[in-house]
Amino acid sequence: MTRPLIAVLDYGIGNLRSAQKSLERMGADARLTADPGVIADADGVVLPGVGAFGPCMAALEETGLDKQARAAAADGRPFLGICIGLQLLYEGSEEAPGIAGLGILPGTVHLLPGNVKRPQMQWNRLEVRGPSPLLESLDGAWVYFVHSFVAPMADNVAATCDYGGPVAAAIADDNVWATQFHPEKSARPGLRLLENFVNQARTAAVR
Amino acid sequence: MSSSDTVPSNARVIPCLDVDAGRVVKGVNFVDLADAGDPVELAARYDQQGADEVVFLDITASSDRRETTVELVHRTAEEVFIPFTIGGGIRTVDDARLLLRAGADKVSVNTAAVNRPALVAEIADEFGSQCAVASIDVRRTGAPILDGDLSIDARRTDGGAFPFEVFTHGGRTPTGINAIAYAIRVAELGAGEILLTSMDRDGTRDGFDLELTRAVVEVVNVPVIASGGVGTLDHLVEGVLEGRADAVLAASIFHFGEHTVAEAKSHMAAAGIPIRPADA
Repeated sequence: MTRPLIAVLDYGIGNLRSAQKSLERMGADARLTADPGVIADADGVVLPGVGAFGPCMAALEETGLDKQARAAAADGRPFLGICIGLQLLYEGSEEAPGIAGLGILPGTVHLLPGNVKRPQMQWNRLEVRGPSPLLESLDGAWVYFVHSFVAPMADNVAATCDYGGPVAAAIADDNVWATQFHPEKSARPGLRLLENFVNQARTAAVR
Repeated sequence: MSSSDTVPSNARVIPCLDVDAGRVVKGVNFVDLADAGDPVELAARYDQQGADEVVFLDITASSDRRETTVELVHRTAEEVFIPFTIGGGIRTVDDARLLLRAGADKVSVNTAAVNRPALVAEIADEFGSQCAVASIDVRRTGAPILDGDLSIDARRTDGGAFPFEVFTHGGRTPTGINAIAYAIRVAELGAGEILLTSMDRDGTRDGFDLELTRAVVEVVNVPVIASGGVGTLDHLVEGVLEGRADAVLAASIFHFGEHTVAEAKSHMAAAGIPIRPADA
C-alpha cells in the first residue's frame, strides 16, 4: 500500500512532533515542514498545534504557512486541523480579539461557558452527528480534550462531546476536517481517526 | 469561582515515572531508589492498560542530563499515544521549548517557579496554559486544622499561621510559603493544571492528604492532580470523591505489578466515578 505524503505544517510552536509520529504510525509519509514545495506535493495537509490563538496565527503569518494552509484547503485536498489548528480555521477568536484567523470556515471561536472548568482537560465521549469518513467507527469513542475555547455550533459540526452542554468536537466541511480533541493523544480511537485521514489522502493521491 | 459550582470532569488516572539518567526509579520519600525499568516501555504499557496520561519526573535533572531527557521525550513521542508531562529541572522558557518540541505535551515546573513565579506566566504565554503544569510539593508544618475546619480562615492565605507549606528540592527545603495562597497565585499566572504532592504522604502508602487536596481544589478553577501516598485502589477513589481531585497520580502500586491501571479504573467506576473505561 502506498504511503501518502502528508505535510504537517511546522509553525514552530509547541508539540507538533506527536502528530507527525502518529500519522507515520498509521501509514503516512508524514513530514513536519514549512517548505512550500513539500506542501504543494502533499496528498494531505495537517495543521496541528497547541497554544494560544494570537501567537499561533502570528507564527503562521511569519512563516507564510497561512497562505499555504488556505491554498491547500481551497484546492480540495484532504485537510485536517487539530485543536488550535481547528480554531485557526475560523474568522477569529474571543481569545485574541481583533486578530483575523485563516477564515477558511465562517464564524468566531468563543470561550467555554462559565459553568465548566476551563480548560476542559479530560477524556470525553464523542457523539457523532452524521456519517463522515473521518469519524467512521468512532461514535461513542473516548478522546482527549484540552481547550478553553470552542468552535460555533453549525451544520458542519460532525461530532460533539458533552461538557456542560454540547461542545463542537469535530468539523467536516467538504475536504476540510478538524478535531477539537487531540487524535494523536487519544490512544486507539485517535489513531483510528488518523488512519481514516491517511486513507482519505491515499484515495486523493490515486485520483 | 469554586469548583463546587462546576460540571465535574471525568477523572483521570496518571501513573508517574520517576526517572534518573533515563531509567525509572521510585523512591520511598525520595530516598531509597529502586530501578523499575525503561521509562518508554513502561509508559507504552500504561497506555495499553488504559492510563489517561503519564507523568515523567526527572528527579536528578541538571544541565548535563538535558540530552538524556530530550532523548527520553523523543522516544516516548514515538511510542506513547496519550498525553505525557515531563518535569524536573525546568528553569526557563527555553528548557520548556526544547522538551515540547521533542514531543512532550506538558511541562511541569516546581522549584524554579517557587523561586520565580513569572516562569509559569512565561511558559503559559508562549505555549498556552495547557502546557504549563505547576507542581507543588507540600508539607504540614504550621497551625493544626481544628475539627477539620477547611474554611478560608483556617487556611490563612493572608500571611498568618497556615497549615500547609510549600517545599522545594524534592521536599527537602522549606520555603515559608503558604501552599494555598501559592496555588491561587500560579493559577492566576496561567498554570493550566496543578500537580499537588503531599510530601508527608509520599512513599507512605497511607493515602492522599485529602484535606490538602480539597483545600486547593476549592480555591482554583484549573484541574488538580492529587499525588503522594497511594497504597490501595480505595485511595484513588477517596482522592476523587473526598479530595475532589480531577486526576489521581500513583507510582509504586502500578510499577511493581500490584495493580494494573485497568483494575484501578474498574474500581473507580464501580464507586460511581465518571471515567474513561480502560478498554475504550
